[in-house]
Order: sequence, then C-alpha cells, then structure tokens
Amino acid sequence: MTLLRRGAAPPGDKEATSLPRPGNDAVTERERRQIFWTRMDLRVTPYLFIAPFFILFAIFGLFPLLYTVWVSLHDWTLLGGNQGFNWFAHYTRLVQDAKFWNSLYNTFGIFVVAVVPQLLLAMYLADTLSRRIRAVNFFRMGLLLPYLTSIAAVAIVFSQLFGTQFGLINYVLGFFGIDPINWQAGRFSSWVAIAVMIDWRWTGYNALIYLAAMSAIPREIYEAAAIDGASRMRQFWQITIPMLRPTIIFTVIVSTIGQMQLFTEPVIFGDVAGGTQGQFQTTMMLIFEEAFRFNNYGYGSAIAWTLFMIIVVLSALNALLTSKIKGA
Amino acid sequence: MRTFHRRYWKTTAAMLGVVALLGTSACSGDDEADSDGKITLTVDTFGVFGYDELFEQYMEENPNIIIKENNVTDLHADYVPQLQQNIAAGSGAGDIVAIEEGIVQQFFLSQGDNFVDLAEYGAEELKDNFLPWKWEMGKGPNGEILGLGTDIGGMSMCYNKTLFEDAGLPTDREEVSASWETWDDFIEVGKKFQEAQTGASFISTTVPYFSAVNAQGGTHTFFDEDNNLVAETNPVILESWDLMVRMVEEGLSANLPMWSDEWNAGIQNNVFATLPCPAWMLGHIENTAGESGRDQWDVASVPGNGGNWGGSWLAVTTQSKHPEEAAKLAMFLTSPEGQISAWNAANTLPSSPKALDDPAVTEFTRDYFNEAPVGKIYAETAKELKPVYYGIHHAQVSEEFRKALEAMEQGQLSPEEAWQQAIDGAKRASGQ
Repeated sequence: MTLLRRGAAPPGDKEATSLPRPGNDAVTERERRQIFWTRMDLRVTPYLFIAPFFILFAIFGLFPLLYTVWVSLHDWTLLGGNQGFNWFAHYTRLVQDAKFWNSLYNTFGIFVVAVVPQLLLAMYLADTLSRRIRAVNFFRMGLLLPYLTSIAAVAIVFSQLFGTQFGLINYVLGFFGIDPINWQAGRFSSWVAIAVMIDWRWTGYNALIYLAAMSAIPREIYEAAAIDGASRMRQFWQITIPMLRPTIIFTVIVSTIGQMQLFTEPVIFGDVAGGTQGQFQTTMMLIFEEAFRFNNYGYGSAIAWTLFMIIVVLSALNALLTSKIKGA
Repeated sequence: MRTFHRRYWKTTAAMLGVVALLGTSACSGDDEADSDGKITLTVDTFGVFGYDELFEQYMEENPNIIIKENNVTDLHADYVPQLQQNIAAGSGAGDIVAIEEGIVQQFFLSQGDNFVDLAEYGAEELKDNFLPWKWEMGKGPNGEILGLGTDIGGMSMCYNKTLFEDAGLPTDREEVSASWETWDDFIEVGKKFQEAQTGASFISTTVPYFSAVNAQGGTHTFFDEDNNLVAETNPVILESWDLMVRMVEEGLSANLPMWSDEWNAGIQNNVFATLPCPAWMLGHIENTAGESGRDQWDVASVPGNGGNWGGSWLAVTTQSKHPEEAAKLAMFLTSPEGQISAWNAANTLPSSPKALDDPAVTEFTRDYFNEAPVGKIYAETAKELKPVYYGIHHAQVSEEFRKALEAMEQGQLSPEEAWQQAIDGAKRASGQ
C-alpha cells in the first residue's frame, strides 16, 4: 500500500493519473476489482449458465459422434478391441451390402406408410377440434394421452394385438371372413403393424401442434371468407392449409428425423433381426445387430455414420424447401 | 457490495451445478460398500433357476449378506448381449453370473480373464461334486476353475396327452416312448397325428427339435473345436436340417416362433402336441399353462439317443468387489444339497452325481405331469451324457438358423433358399 504524501513525486502508474477519489486506496482497489467482476459477470455468466448443456452435450453427444468416425475407420470388435486402421473398407463393404440397402428400404417404407396417414389424420383431428364442440378440452387432452405411454408398453400391447393365431386383430378380421394374417411374416403387413403403433402414439402430438398453429390464424380472415360465401372445405384448403405451411414443414422435418431412427417399436414387435428375413429391419436395428450382437463395432459405426449423413442431407433438403416457400 | 456478492454466489452456484451434474452422471453406479457393513451380492440369471429358497436360507445363515437376483427370461435375445456388454465394459455384470452351455466357450475360453479363478477359494476339492465333463467345461484356457456346474439339461419328449387321445394315438408314456425309437418313427407318428385332424399341430416349430437333434449328434455342431465354422459340411447339421425339412413338408408344424407370446399362448391353448423337454422345460410348461394345463402333459423318452440341451455354470466376475463372498455363495448354490433344493423348486437336473443318486431326485414324480417319474427319466441318461463343443459364436449362429427355419416353416423361403440364408447369416454372424 502506498501513501500519497505532499511533495512526494507522483507514482508513475495509471492509478495516479486518474482523478483523485474519495476514500483510501483500499477502496479504490476494491472498486476496481468490483468493476472487473461486473464486466466478467456480464460477459461470462451467460456462458456459464448455458455451459451445463454444452459440457454434457460435448461429453455425451459430440465426443461419441466423432469417436464413432474414428471407430468406423478401424477393424474394431467388442472382444478384440482396436485391430488396426483399414481406411474406408467398412464403407465400401456397406455399399455392396444387401442387408444395408434392405434396411434403408424398410426405413423409408415404414416412414411413408406411417407418416403420411399420420399427418393427414392429425390435420383432420386438429381441424375438428378447432371448431366449437362440446367438451373440447377433454378431447384435446385425450389427444395427448397416447403420447404419455411408454413406447415399450405400446409396442408390447400392439405386438399381442397383431398376433397370428391369438391376436385380437386377426380375430376381428375373422368375422369378415378374412384368413388370419401372419403380420410379422410379410414385408408390407409388418410395416403396417409397426406404422399403426407409431401413429397411435404420435398422431395426437402432431394434432396438438397443428391445433396451436390454427388458433393463431386470425378469425377475421375466416369471417371475411364466410361473408364472400366460401364453404368450410374451401376455407380449410385456401386459408388453413396455406397459413399452416411452416408448421406442416416443421412436423415433416421432425417426423423424418424421428422415423429415420426408428428402433423400439420394430424391435419389440420382432427382434433386432427384424423378422425371419429382415422384412422389417430398420437401419438402426442393423446398427444394433452388427455392433451388439455380432460385436462388430467398426462396421456398426460405419452404418451409424452413414445414417447420420442421410439424416443431415434430408434435414438440409427440408430446410432448403422451407426457405424457398418462405421466400415465395 | 451486496450485488457483487450475490452475483459471485450465482456464478459459483452455476459452476457447482455443472460439477454436480457431471458428478451424478459419472458415478451413478451403486456403491456396494454399505454403511451398515452389509454386503450386497448380485446374481444374474435367466429363465428358471429355482434359487429363491436357497437365497433365503443363505441370507438367514449369513446375516451380513444381502442377495439380489437379476433375472431375464430370454437367454439369446436379452441375457447374452447384455452380459457380453457388461463384461466388455468392465462394469454392470453381477457378482455371480450364470453362464449357459451355448455360451460357455464364448465367455470362459475367449474371455476367461474376466472371471475369478475359483481355485483361489478352494474350489479344487469340489471336483467330485460334479459330473466329469461338467467340471471340465467350467475351466478356462489354462485350466483355471471359472465356473461351477449348476444343472444339466438332459432330454425327454413332452407330449400333450389329451391331444394324443383325440388323435387316437397311444397315451401311456411307455407306449409312446416305444412308438418313436428314432426320429423317422417320430415323423411317422406325426403324420398319423395330422391325419386325425384334431385341429392341433404335432410340433410348435422346428427350432427346438433342431437344437435337440444337433445336441444328440456327438462332438460339435456349427463350429469345430478350433472355432472354424463347419455348419455347411458337418454331417450332424446336414442330417438334422434334412429332418427339419421333412417335418415342415409333412405339415407337422404350427409355425409358432419359439418363446414368443404366440408360442406361450399355444401351450395354454393346446395348439401343439409335442415339445422336446430338457429338465428345465418342465418348469416353463407348468408356469405357462398354469392350473388349466394340469395333467394335460406327460413325459416320454426322446427319439434318438438321449442328449443334453442346456444347463449352466455359475461364475464370479472379476468386476465383483466381494469375490470371496461371491465365491462362497456360488459354492453353496452348486453344492449337492443346493442342487437338490433347486431340483425340488424347479426340476433343474443336478450336475452332481451325488445329487443325481439322491432319492429326492430318483424317486421324484411330478404331480403336474400326470405323476410322471421325471427324476428317473432324466437321471437314467444323465450320467452317460457326452458334452458337445459349441464354440464362441454359437449363440449368434443359432439365431441365424432359427430365422431360416421359421422362414421355411412360414412358407417365405424354399428349403434350399432357407439353407442358403442360414449359411450366409452364419458366416456374417461369426465373421468368417
């Protein structure tokens, strides 16, 4: 601590050039520290607050993601560990692997069979519930109920419903003279069974999103249209649908990403092999089978990364589409 | 000053939050060093082991031990992959794990260093407690004692007495046994059964018969003893496959995937008439069919020559924090007395010669199965059993064959196509 004495030469540091402050030096020091911390607070604290997510994401998201690339370039088994670098051998094998293409075909097939009816039905439900009907809150809550159940529970119950000899669905079909269907045996029949499980759980979720978007459309537009003599159908197609476009694209993107990673429902419906000939083995199931059943981590990682890239491309396509529509 | 302190406190809290979050995720594993000095031992099992009473007894005699059992129903689909990951990861497996016959080489030979050599805890002198082959198969690559035998499968053929009566076939277990000395005879009986049009099928699916016939074949199945995939050329597999093709072509199968809900419903609803029954299968039928199935089923001898399907070992993992206590518990469970208790609870056939000679086994008749003298049926063949070498990828390859057999039964593939799919799948699954 330096004391300023009359007649003494002024200290050569910056402190002395600033205006004299009231109070002693200890206070100035404290104030400087205070300013420092306030600045730090303003600049650093926001990052600290969001840090937990990013640190966890880096450890449990980003690191595995990048490490998977590393593993996919090696011969790597669960038992033997890393058995050497092999460049892109796994990726060249992948291109020629019929099982991989089959799994991709199944993933997209189930996507189409599940998502198209799902979004149409969700739209229909949302439109119905946006009208004035009795107990509307009850029905709106009801939409979300399937979403609350666990996927595994849904899949177990539906797998029993779709049983060949003792399933309820075949029993009911029997009344209409339809022979029992072995749902797991056929490609299309297994897709339908899985699509029903997915739709049961997700239709209400999407309907609620549509419903929220619909309630944001100004009433005046409908009133004006009604005065001009537009029918309800016409109002729906020419007002509701165009106004919902961003929301529809959002649901399509989210469903695409979700469906590309389809796993739980088909696994519980059959097992990771996806039926006797892989009729409903999705790409995620193939990854799991290669990595955790055959213990071939290298190849499993290569498939995982390819799937990741496919999802990125699809998302980019969706984003491009969105900006085009917005710009138009 | 106040604001400064408060903000400072906030930053600290945020940082603490990060640390806490990381902390909880990093060490979520349960710490077994309990404060009250009690030791918790976890035992991983699958299917039915019949250990409930033994656990109770052991905990009473050793008040400082708490036993937790992690039981999984499906061996191939759930238990094996889970155990494999836990062993490879170095954590998550129980102190004691059950190792089944089909995966004994996968774990003891190629991953033996993950299991405690029980010789350190005096297991050497237990040798005479086990059938010689059972003792030998529990050893590691350098002769370490890694597993202590629990049960063996043995083999018999369960048949649905009511359905046999409906079809006009003999129902007495001696007569039934005599009617199918060989597997060819078995198919002939099956043809007669189908002709009677009872509405039921003779077999549920070919998969358990494939396992049974393979196990009777002698020395090895899909892999030779150097772990080369020989499924394509091994006469045991070829003959057994042909037999399955004939069963399918004669229309004997109900096409119910084994262990599925449909298959279990098939047991409850008397949809199929026979099922290869290693000793442990009796428990499954009884639990599945329940009271309504009482006296429906009976037990005859199996076509061909005996054979063994299933049976397990108990091993102590090196992950265990209490290997000594775990080893003691494993020895208790696999002792002749322990095996007799498990036999009484679940009819898991003992691997101990002493237990096999015990009147509790030899004179036992199973009430649920028309008072069948199951003890005698199994114990008679048990001592002459020859072990089969399954190899380290057996579990994966048998899954491939299961899928191919089911595809053939359901008419999705011709026998030739199914065989090709099985072989291609086997090569892929074993990496050969």
